[in-house]
Amino acid sequence: MLLIDCPHCGPRDETEFRYGGQAGISCPTGDVSDEEWAAYVFMRDNPKGWFRERWFHVHGCRTWFDVERHTVTHEVRKAR
Amino acid sequence: MTHPDTHPDFLWRNPDPKPSYDVVIVGGGGHGLATAYYLARNHGLNNVAVLERGWLAGGNMARNTTIIRSNYLWDESAAIYEHSLKLWEGLSEELDYDLQFSQRGVLNLAHNLGDVREGRRRVNANRLNGVDAEWLDADEVRKFCPIINVSGGARYPVMGATLQRRGGIAKHDHVAWALARRADAYGIDLIQGCEVTGFEIAGGRVTAVETSRGRIAAGKVALAAAGHTSVLAERAGIRLPLQSHPLQALVSELLEPVLDCVVMSNAVHVYVSQAHKGELVMGAGIDAYNSYGQRGGVHVIEAQMAAALELFPIFSRVRVLRTWAGIVDVSPDASPIIGPTPVEGLYINAGWGTGGFKATPGSGWVYAHTIAEGRPHPLAEPFGLDRFTTGALIDEHGAAAVAH
Repeated sequence: MLLIDCPHCGPRDETEFRYGGQAGISCPTGDVSDEEWAAYVFMRDNPKGWFRERWFHVHGCRTWFDVERHTVTHEVRKAR
Repeated sequence: MTHPDTHPDFLWRNPDPKPSYDVVIVGGGGHGLATAYYLARNHGLNNVAVLERGWLAGGNMARNTTIIRSNYLWDESAAIYEHSLKLWEGLSEELDYDLQFSQRGVLNLAHNLGDVREGRRRVNANRLNGVDAEWLDADEVRKFCPIINVSGGARYPVMGATLQRRGGIAKHDHVAWALARRADAYGIDLIQGCEVTGFEIAGGRVTAVETSRGRIAAGKVALAAAGHTSVLAERAGIRLPLQSHPLQALVSELLEPVLDCVVMSNAVHVYVSQAHKGELVMGAGIDAYNSYGQRGGVHVIEAQMAAALELFPIFSRVRVLRTWAGIVDVSPDASPIIGPTPVEGLYINAGWGTGGFKATPGSGWVYAHTIAEGRPHPLAEPFGLDRFTTGALIDEHGAAAVAH
């Protein structure tokens, strides 16, 4: 089980959180082509290594926040 | 030590890579080996190499729960999975190898009214597509599989189930060995310990792969790398709608025969069968986060065991022998991605997520056709990468998301 550092509550068990996937995805504005819309909705980075991602402290303070996590070692560190 | 002629030391050669091949398949798991086999068998292509980073069939092919069925909801899925099931039905004979393919029936349990309605709808959809399917009420479930707890007092009572009698299990290692032996006999090079580290692309067309064992020129390159597809595609400059997750499973100690069918439950997140050797094989849902670590959280195993014991009180004192995880590439609509990519000559077969084993022969069949002909096999056409732009998704979350 991961130990995730909530910025409000401190380190807590993974079971208190819901995973939110890649961080930094923003909705495109203005005239958007089908390709740009597909990229926003469906395309995601899937790196083997450090990954900036979203977590939701659903059973705690209900804060959304970003961390960086290594997808092989599962080490978690603060998002830069 | 020498064996009689009928028992060779090795079922395939262990060749060094040649400088060039017509087709290079990246990934020596079930899908890669099946693709190689059908490239030779159906299309007469044998100047083909299968490049495997580790050893043959040592990835998800060695980590899955071997369930085979074709009871998917939508026409496109039913067509490709049923094609695969029909191939399974003749594969032991065709490959001259006992795959221990056992059509013992697959139950998909319903635990609430939503499950019941979805299950009955799926039975009707399956029948319209020529896929065998039956609806069992709770009492019929008990008769079909007496050790399931169907009492109304359960936290999630069993209210019925879909049954596909032609579904079942097979012995995963035998499948890989049989396909590898035949591919090798056709002259295809199965090259182990050979990691693809990059692609040579000239004028938008792939011309070679760079590997840990040197450069290998290729007319066409076909990815069959499951959980690592995104990593490879990125080296070719392609971004995909895939996320890699750990999917855990476990086996129990060996038991006398006690369970003679496959039981799956989406609602309580477990699927169980008993292997020929005697161990109970149980699978879980995916761990939530992206990972390439081939391990997952114990709490996922715990939840899966709780679900199993709820369904099968008789297993309460059975001991777990081992647990493990494979890395599965999950697509947004829980359907595979098969076909060409923006790089000419580079093909993709990925996104099978939690349920690729059942598709092994069907996937190899349509992928080989797609590679050989340079255009998608009719059964693969709906599964192209372009569906995420057109919006023509094939949403199989109900039939595929957890249960495999």
